[in-house]
Amino acid sequence: MDEVDRSILNSIQDGFPLTSRPFAELGARLGLSEDEVISRIQKLKDANIIRRIAPVIDVKKLGGASTLVAMSVPLDRVDEVAGIINAYSEVSHNYLRQDKYNIWFTVSASSKSRLDQILKEIEEKTGYPYINLPTVRVFKLGVKFEV
Amino acid sequence: MDEADRKLLKMMQDGIPLVKRPFAEVASSLGIAEDEVLQRLQRLLDEGKIRRFGASIAHRKIGVIANAMCVWNVPDERVDGVGDIIAGFDEVTHCYVRSRARDWGHNMFAMVHGRTKQECEEVADRITKAIGVHDRKILFSEREFKKTGVRIE
Repeated sequence: MDEVDRSILNSIQDGFPLTSRPFAELGARLGLSEDEVISRIQKLKDANIIRRIAPVIDVKKLGGASTLVAMSVPLDRVDEVAGIINAYSEVSHNYLRQDKYNIWFTVSASSKSRLDQILKEIEEKTGYPYINLPTVRVFKLGVKFEV
Repeated sequence: MDEADRKLLKMMQDGIPLVKRPFAEVASSLGIAEDEVLQRLQRLLDEGKIRRFGASIAHRKIGVIANAMCVWNVPDERVDGVGDIIAGFDEVTHCYVRSRARDWGHNMFAMVHGRTKQECEEVADRITKAIGVHDRKILFSEREFKKTGVRIE
């Protein structure tokens, strides 16, 4: 990854041009040809540095509901429990953390009732209780990561 | 948001194709015009239903390996001021107030990213000093079981 890659990464995390030839526009901003922008982004994607270029949606504004959930799971069962949780496509993040509550995951569902149903099912399938920590207020929501 | 918006977002959630006219390709698989795709995306962005349009980066791949969930138990009447202070730190990517639960009293959450755990701890210490709230925990991620974008079903 060189300086040009960095400048591409810093310019495509938000404000990706919604135009017919977005890579040409990015190239014009960065002093690169359209082909070079595409091939560099392809390489960054092949290296799994870029996960995807896509719309990031606001679930609440689309009528859905989301929350952060923590569970307390014995260490020898975390893989199994993480597998049960990850099977739901509505689970977007899931981490093992060092605390009494050690499995932390976020769920974004199309409705509050679907969200409640998923949590109930996970509790039933795993046998572990959870704490539900919905957002009350957002102070900052990272849109960009300087590379 | 109509059915066509939903189809469009669903079609695009795994990422646009890396070709010269990506939106034309999306449009043709939906059987609509490229202009309509662009107009719908712009409107969804203006309405805030799309938060941003762009690349998601794998932090770990660019050396940002440590990810700390820092939490403080902030008295309700101080939440406003404290949240603004924490949000002002560049190293903080997300900052939320969340409900308290059963045996969990820490209501202020900040995600801190850094190259090392120590770097994250230093940021958490600076934040703690700045806000003057000392009931704090740092929960590092030890394993990433899953990280996808928020999806539409």
